[in-house]
Amino acid sequence: MRYIPLIIKNCWRNRRRTTLTIISVGVSMCLLGVLMAVYHAMYLSDPTPEQALRLVTRNRISLTVQIPQFYMQRIQQVPGVKEVMPSQWYNGVYKDARDPKNFFARFGVDPEKMFQIYTELRIPEDQKKAFIHDRTGTVIGRDLADKFNFHLGDRITITGDIFPGTLELTVRGIFDSPRKSEVLYFNWAYVREGLPEARKGDVGTFNILCDSPAVVARVAKTIDDEFHNAPVQTRTETEQAFTLSFASMLGNVKMFLFSICGAVMFTVLLVSANTMAMSVRERVREVGVLKTLGFTGGNILFIILGEALAISVAGGAIGFLLSTFLTSGIRKSPAGFFLPPIHPFDPTVAAACILVAGAVGLLSSFVPAWGASRTPIVEALRSTD
Amino acid sequence: MAIPVAYNFRNLIVRKTTTLMTALGIALTVAVLLAMMALLGGLRSTLSASGDPLQVIVLRKGSETELVSNFTRQQFQDLKFKAGIARTANGDPMASLEVVSIINLASVDAPEGMNVSVRGLLPIGIEMRRGLRLESGRWFDPGKRELVVGKSIARRYPGARLGQHITFGRGDWEVVGVMDAGQSAQNSEIFGGLDRVSGDLDRTEVLSSALVRAVDAASAPALANSINDDQRLNMNAESEKQYYELQTVAARPIEFIGIFVAVIMAIGSSFAAMNTMYAAVARRAREIGTLRVLGFSQGSILFSFFLESVLLAALGGLLGCLLVFPLNGVTTGIGSTTFSELAFAFKVTPPIMLAGLTFAMVLGAAGGLFPARLAAKKEILTALREV
Repeated sequence: MRYIPLIIKNCWRNRRRTTLTIISVGVSMCLLGVLMAVYHAMYLSDPTPEQALRLVTRNRISLTVQIPQFYMQRIQQVPGVKEVMPSQWYNGVYKDARDPKNFFARFGVDPEKMFQIYTELRIPEDQKKAFIHDRTGTVIGRDLADKFNFHLGDRITITGDIFPGTLELTVRGIFDSPRKSEVLYFNWAYVREGLPEARKGDVGTFNILCDSPAVVARVAKTIDDEFHNAPVQTRTETEQAFTLSFASMLGNVKMFLFSICGAVMFTVLLVSANTMAMSVRERVREVGVLKTLGFTGGNILFIILGEALAISVAGGAIGFLLSTFLTSGIRKSPAGFFLPPIHPFDPTVAAACILVAGAVGLLSSFVPAWGASRTPIVEALRSTD
Repeated sequence: MAIPVAYNFRNLIVRKTTTLMTALGIALTVAVLLAMMALLGGLRSTLSASGDPLQVIVLRKGSETELVSNFTRQQFQDLKFKAGIARTANGDPMASLEVVSIINLASVDAPEGMNVSVRGLLPIGIEMRRGLRLESGRWFDPGKRELVVGKSIARRYPGARLGQHITFGRGDWEVVGVMDAGQSAQNSEIFGGLDRVSGDLDRTEVLSSALVRAVDAASAPALANSINDDQRLNMNAESEKQYYELQTVAARPIEFIGIFVAVIMAIGSSFAAMNTMYAAVARRAREIGTLRVLGFSQGSILFSFFLESVLLAALGGLLGCLLVFPLNGVTTGIGSTTFSELAFAFKVTPPIMLAGLTFAMVLGAAGGLFPARLAAKKEILTALREV
């Protein structure tokens, strides 16, 4: 313990080098922090309490193939199911599809059930009623309203592509969501009544609210078993897994994240090892002096390792702080709607950042530190850099 | 007078551990950037190889991709007999009505399943795709539940190899052939008979798109225009080549992430290079003094150290190219705008490597400028006196 002031003094003897190293490690660790936060949110985090109660049923073939609407009644009867709502991805074109800014999610839903299932959405009671009563009404997320400057009563026109016709919608409500909400919900019945007879009976997915988290897994299995021998089979998964399947469509996300993390970590290791090697080489003579004064080889090892640890942990901490800005940026970006919620300040990620940085520091300085602690006094004193 | 470059080379060799470690740090940064560029390059070349300039793809107005397009059989009857469409030897119009959908299959990379495009088409549709040939097996019988898979599908999806059965729609489908579409995106598709596939997907009347062939390349735009102007059809036609080129937007997120990661890593490694160069300047203080005494100017010292930093980084760039080179030709898949997986190979081309090398040298220049200035500004006497 009493060597700590010496370690800190040593860190500060070459300020420029220490600063450069801390920045260099920090910037890399910031990237690592962002990647870890994304990975954590995607694969390791628990669903929010609202999400934990929800299931999504789709056609077994794929998400793009519809399922019969009459399945709803049978799903409703499954014990543990509180509410079922048909939902349909509308796609469509707002203004001009060639400008990606005009893209946002549009879903046809059941206005009566929507806010019962998405309990985390906040909307004034009168707006909710207005949405239920107006067949051509729509409710939109706060982020979407802000982006296009939509107000209550505004008209939004969406030209259909998967479905024929054009939607002429009136904004009846604006809701707040804990997630990015560039999304529009409208009454599915409005489109459905205009469809040709053959297409009327089908819908994209069913969103299901269960009674309690304990029954969720059983409900999912019961639903899929129920339709196992039916002409159209279903696949029921948790809302979290369903959301994740969108990200997996981008490709092998896990491997992508892993390989970048690997490259970044190795780079940090090299940077840190290089600095420590330079710094030890510079003071071989000093080590000799310390040894003459009675410092043991173990003391020397401890002091040098401690110095590397202090520098890299400082870098790790700064990197993590930087990464929180970037992760909250990702959450607020349009991609945030398709990603699971990413916590900007995640204690697990913070701990991982600092631990990784510490490990890298120790690992990188071990060889030079070991060398210095074993150099015989006479040789060390004789060294001329 | 300039200090000989050999001086810099020798200096780098003398401090080989430091040189190598710094260079490796830069190499990794360059490798990440190059891997992204190779991925994008591969994707672009696959997509640009996919379209036939003679062919025009017809979608519903407002639809950007086949997947969200609708096309009725009635509309196809109207389209088929438009002027300007090439004919086969026995006089049939070269027009293919197609249905495109997606099924979920377990792949090598994703056992939980990836989306794959299934295309139902008429025999003429196969004939029209001139780059297509059968690699093994035979073509499907349009009347049966039979499929032919692209060679990338056969490689990446164990459940879709020759002789296997795939379940979708109303039952089991047998894989009877593997097709090779050269470089094109059709390697990532599964083909089956139009009526069978559309029947199983409950889309017998409303299909997805149509492909028509113009008589020659010069008349293809005219054919597209005349379809676009036809009020009765209300369709949107564009050259097949153009259609696939537009799909490259699928690569935008990866491009964005790639640049983001490379820039952050670049900041980190240019600081590391700066560190190394400062150390070099500090250790060689006496040497710098001596050079000045010998008559080398401040400018030549500045240039020499700057050059050394750039050389160091160039070494890193070369190492980075070597690191990425084994990726060349490795196949991977990404999700595309068609909502399904598109397989393609990484392409590490000379221009990409050159870009990586340039990137590394820019890093070296950024990291070397300040240390070089410090070296040049040293007072001769103090420099000589330093230990």
